[in-house]
Amino acid sequence: MSDTEPQAAPRPAKVPPGQMEPLAHGREVVAGPHIAARTTTSHIMLLVVAALAPAVVWSVVSMGLPAVIVYVSCIAGAVGTELLWNLVAKRPQTIGDGSSLLTGLLLAMTLPPMTPWWMCAVGGIAAIGLAKMLFGGLGFNLFNPALVGRAVVLLSWLGIMGELKPYAGGWLSALSLPASGKLDAISGATRLALAAADRAAGGAYHYDLAAQYKPLLLQNLQGCVGEVSALLIIAGGLFLIVMRIVDWRIPLGYVGSVAALSWAFGSDPTFNVLAGGVLLGAFFMATDYVTSPITKKGRLVFGIGCGVFNAVTRFYGPMPETTTFAILFMNGLAPLIDRMFLPKPFGWTKPAKAAKAHA
Amino acid sequence: MAGGGFHGGIHPPGSKELTSGCPIERMPFPERLIVPMSQHLGAPCTPIVAVGDHVERGQLIGHVEAVVAALVHAPAAGEVVAIGAALTPAGVRTTCVTIAVDPDQDPEAFRPTEGPLTCGGDMARAAGLVGMGGAAFPSAVKLQPPGHTAVDTIIINGCECEPFLTCDHRVMLELPERVVAGARHVRDCVAATRCVIAVEDNKPDAIEALRAVAGQDVEVVAVRTRYPQGAEKQLIFAITGRAIQPGRLPVTVGCLVHNVQTAVALVDAMEDRKPLIERVVTVSGAVGRPGNYRVAIGTSVEALLEFAGGLNADAARVIAGGPMTAQPLGVLDVPVVKGTSGIVALTAAEAAPIVGSDQACIRCGRCVEACPAMLHPYAIANYADRRLWDGCERFFASDCIECGCCSYVCPTRRPLLQLIRKAKGALITRGARS
Repeated sequence: MSDTEPQAAPRPAKVPPGQMEPLAHGREVVAGPHIAARTTTSHIMLLVVAALAPAVVWSVVSMGLPAVIVYVSCIAGAVGTELLWNLVAKRPQTIGDGSSLLTGLLLAMTLPPMTPWWMCAVGGIAAIGLAKMLFGGLGFNLFNPALVGRAVVLLSWLGIMGELKPYAGGWLSALSLPASGKLDAISGATRLALAAADRAAGGAYHYDLAAQYKPLLLQNLQGCVGEVSALLIIAGGLFLIVMRIVDWRIPLGYVGSVAALSWAFGSDPTFNVLAGGVLLGAFFMATDYVTSPITKKGRLVFGIGCGVFNAVTRFYGPMPETTTFAILFMNGLAPLIDRMFLPKPFGWTKPAKAAKAHA
Repeated sequence: MAGGGFHGGIHPPGSKELTSGCPIERMPFPERLIVPMSQHLGAPCTPIVAVGDHVERGQLIGHVEAVVAALVHAPAAGEVVAIGAALTPAGVRTTCVTIAVDPDQDPEAFRPTEGPLTCGGDMARAAGLVGMGGAAFPSAVKLQPPGHTAVDTIIINGCECEPFLTCDHRVMLELPERVVAGARHVRDCVAATRCVIAVEDNKPDAIEALRAVAGQDVEVVAVRTRYPQGAEKQLIFAITGRAIQPGRLPVTVGCLVHNVQTAVALVDAMEDRKPLIERVVTVSGAVGRPGNYRVAIGTSVEALLEFAGGLNADAARVIAGGPMTAQPLGVLDVPVVKGTSGIVALTAAEAAPIVGSDQACIRCGRCVEACPAMLHPYAIANYADRRLWDGCERFFASDCIECGCCSYVCPTRRPLLQLIRKAKGALITRGARS
């Protein structure tokens, strides 16, 4: 019997990472586990887009062409930036994961319908270029890209954004838009701004908050593209929770603390939850995986933190629309929140005492 | 809470319907058996036969003095034709005894184990028993716990939580008396008071069959169908509510767990003096005749697959064991060993896609939710990818039970388990060096 080992076959020049050359019997040999769940990143992104779809369609029906322009220019700016970035940096193309599409869509939903297309595009470019690709792409960004895009647009053109009038809506009137993009409209301010002015004046305007529930839930044209119907945003958010895409702890902590603090500050909790993009933020922005904590407890803390920041600055800040900054602020704290809840392995006990402890 | 749960886990498609209705069928001896001297955790055996020797079925052919080891017996009568290094399903080369099987022998006859055997532990050692759920830890060691420890609960593990596998299910269905008798033997060996047979609730027929013969002293508990319900620590927690500290053994909480087929093999060893020379193996997936086969140890996977109708044309990956923890088979000319619970052929559509570690984590938290050891797999993998072993240690990489739930659920398909294994290996090496 010969002891000589058979000569090792020459290795192929380059094997792609994680792959091995086919073996003698022509079947692949890789480490387990050998089965995987079907859900992938792009499935998740597309499910979130699907959850937003009813609200998007309803906003287009209600607001007409201006909303379409906002959607298209935000998405084009976002997806185009990722496409070009990857081409220039000679990286694998990543637009297929659907995350920049979702970022563009979410950015559009935070902008008023009369936002000029070029501002929308700059928002999309900033969202992907500044907040995401510069940090290393999907998974590495610290701040929510869509909200960074909105913050850039808002702070760069504070004057224009303030002058933008809400738009009465409808496809027919869209055809007769004046070129300047500024319109006379039914009212110059959002419902939240009206409520804030009324509160500042000690209730002199008798602004009836309860009367705003119905338009806010069903068809609100005095706000951003994504705020047309709170009901559709809630439905989309609940869909994501039922599909186990997002953790209920963030929206619950967020909405719950906004409601509780509004009540504590002597305002109407329901109105304050429905207005100012709180629901869009709580269900779709704060729940962004990459920029929120990864532990369950951390997520509850994060949601409550968003709600507290949002409510406090709404009542005691220079302007009432602070959802964007509440979430961006908490994004910055997310890594610290994660550090508060480091894992304890199953069966772990404090070294000092021998008592059994488990979750 | 009996029949309760554990943290995390996953619910993969069971794919058990392929073989759960297939009665155990004996596979005739192949022409040639390749019997590895190391089919267990611990010291390998040394062959005590020479080329040209004739061996009887059940005759001791591999021996070792070490305590943590399992003796090896001839699975069929025949002539020793070679002794040398050969591949095992684990992908390592080890000394193997090759036997040319005598044709026309009685498949049931065997030479009983010899010697003055006083207790179950001795008999398990003489019969070469190992854990047959896959880990292949020598059973005699578990049956003879150190004197200062007390075991009050023994659990016979009939969970079979891995997809595709149904061999334990069929054993419980067809040999319920043997399983119950094995449970009693294990209980009596360690003088335990509580005796439990745990079965996942997706096998109601097996639970019924066991309850019909169990009597008052053996509890048959239906546990939740959830992978990895059959993992030792998770099962003990589900049955007794006792959590084992990281790095400690079940005996520290007064428990002992044995697989169903190990319990049956213990009955064979104690009542019939029969060594462990055959086992029931599930052959499933993309094969011509999926089923449960009683196979002599040392039968090559190639011969077994041929007996099971051969591989289908679309079989892309062949694995030894259940798909969550199985070893991939690079070559099919490897023997079935004592720990081989199944041979599964996966199609390209079923098999997990092959990806590199360059897929970025999106921090979705699915791995944290799924981890039965309550770790943060994403964090360990991120540190391991950057060779930051301190970070791996801070996130308790060494407490990973390698169930694979994290890799299974990851939507970006990061090879989390491989990265964590890398971290565990590095931490062991580092610990040994310091």
